Amino acid sequence: MNSRPACDIEALADDAWLLRLGDRIDPELNAAVHAMAARLRALEPPWLRDVVPAFASLAVFFDADEDPARVHAKLLALLDDEPGASHAQATAAAGDVEIPVLYGGEYGPDLESSAAELGLSPQALIERHAAGDYTVAMIGFAPGFPYLSGLDPALALPRLATPRASVAAGSVAIGGAQTGIYPRESPGGWRVIGRTPWMLFDPRREPPARLHPGDRVRFVAIDADEFARLTDAQDAAS
Amino acid sequence: MRNLHVLSAGLQTTVQDRGRSGWRHLGVAHAGALDADAARLANRLVGNPLDAAVLELTLRGPTLRLDAPSRIALTGATASARFEGERVPSGRPVDLPAGTLEIGSLRGGARAWLAIDGGIDVAPVLGSRSTDLRGGFGGVHGRALRAGDVVPLGAGFAQQVAIPRAPAWWIDHAHDTDQPIRYCPSAHQLASALTRRGWTVSARSNRQGLRLQGEALPSPGGDGVSEPVAPGTIQLPADGSPIVLLADAQTVGGYAKLGHVIAADLPRLAQCVPGQPLHFAPVDAATAHRLACAARARIARIGVMIDARLPAV
Repeated sequence: MNSRPACDIEALADDAWLLRLGDRIDPELNAAVHAMAARLRALEPPWLRDVVPAFASLAVFFDADEDPARVHAKLLALLDDEPGASHAQATAAAGDVEIPVLYGGEYGPDLESSAAELGLSPQALIERHAAGDYTVAMIGFAPGFPYLSGLDPALALPRLATPRASVAAGSVAIGGAQTGIYPRESPGGWRVIGRTPWMLFDPRREPPARLHPGDRVRFVAIDADEFARLTDAQDAAS
Repeated sequence: MRNLHVLSAGLQTTVQDRGRSGWRHLGVAHAGALDADAARLANRLVGNPLDAAVLELTLRGPTLRLDAPSRIALTGATASARFEGERVPSGRPVDLPAGTLEIGSLRGGARAWLAIDGGIDVAPVLGSRSTDLRGGFGGVHGRALRAGDVVPLGAGFAQQVAIPRAPAWWIDHAHDTDQPIRYCPSAHQLASALTRRGWTVSARSNRQGLRLQGEALPSPGGDGVSEPVAPGTIQLPADGSPIVLLADAQTVGGYAKLGHVIAADLPRLAQCVPGQPLHFAPVDAATAHRLACAARARIARIGVMIDARLPAV
């Protein structure tokens, strides 16, 4: 049985192949991407250096000393050989993570305007955002920045016309049909509706990222006291 | 313990080694010396392990005080370096007593690499000492060097000398600058259009990407669905002015992709100065692989030559 989804393969670099399963943002396509990534990671071929999943494609980086044509052939053989099980593998590899968020106020400067634009009360926006089941579709833009799929379509919002010069670390934001979290202070154009006290990415921690591609994520609304308590606990631990 | 004391930082001086691999899925850039071969050769000249951390210098180098005797080597663009007023040649091992090393401006390229015996001994982060400027980690506090920084060096093995001492031989691994930059075109309909224009290197270029100026290509339209990118990826934003991603590039991007610069030519991009003209020529994957092997063999030959001469220093 051949379970490999149809995909185009093109050279991304002399040491990387890009496997493209589609050109849409779609939960099923993304799940197939994570399944393929989990399978390659589990097989651990000696030439493999990294597997980078995105919305509908994944990059396979390999040892630069290898002949790309040979890796191409081996890659196809690997993907064709192993039957089934890939979705189960990906599901098993993915974690379930609850992320505490203090919504609104100074930590969510765009909550009120976003709610008004959506024709919702700020409280309704919070409830609907926190009710979602999200998946880390990919990590990019900055180290540890998760692009989360699964946003309630009624909460989709265009990016700010003028991006902010500085968005605080931990900011939980909506950008288009997705939601995400800024791991580190940076410029950004997404609508900031809250903040998590968690440090999402710390290169000195093992593993460095709290979230990994394919993880399932839920947001849990917390109050200011809990935010302060969690911040202190994290500072004490690091 | 030996240290480098940074008296003036230069334009952008960073700690780099061969970079990070295995973390792109978490959004971590590769970083590393923009010309890994030049950094390795510098290490080879001073007798370091080839992946020891070095300083990458940009256009204008730093002024450094060495608090102990050191063996240094400069590779890449030619530096007008001086030690206590005396000229310090590039491309060879130079034994120096403690004192002040002023690198000055670079000629014939944008970047040079300075290796020092024992290597730059900052703590590795995610398996590398390289500075990740966008991520803010690695190297010295995740940033370029500043005046006043004290940079730790590994255990040295330089001989005590009273004045700078260098052999009469040197290596020159300069790249062929007349050749166009070779790339493997993607399937994008504008992929071959890159060759029809002459480009110049924009002053807005950095370690993340080389921005090209010239008569813009047709706009590929809005951003597509974000896909993985890599050092060497040629992006075409909606404004029609291509960007070639370099070692510090982000890991995913939504711009149209016109292809990738081949591995053998990536080090040449490190030497592009603002305003420099640039042409592109397409090659197929087999040619790219053949050229990569040839480049590796050439560097290996230079390495053997260095090793044969080193004991005579």
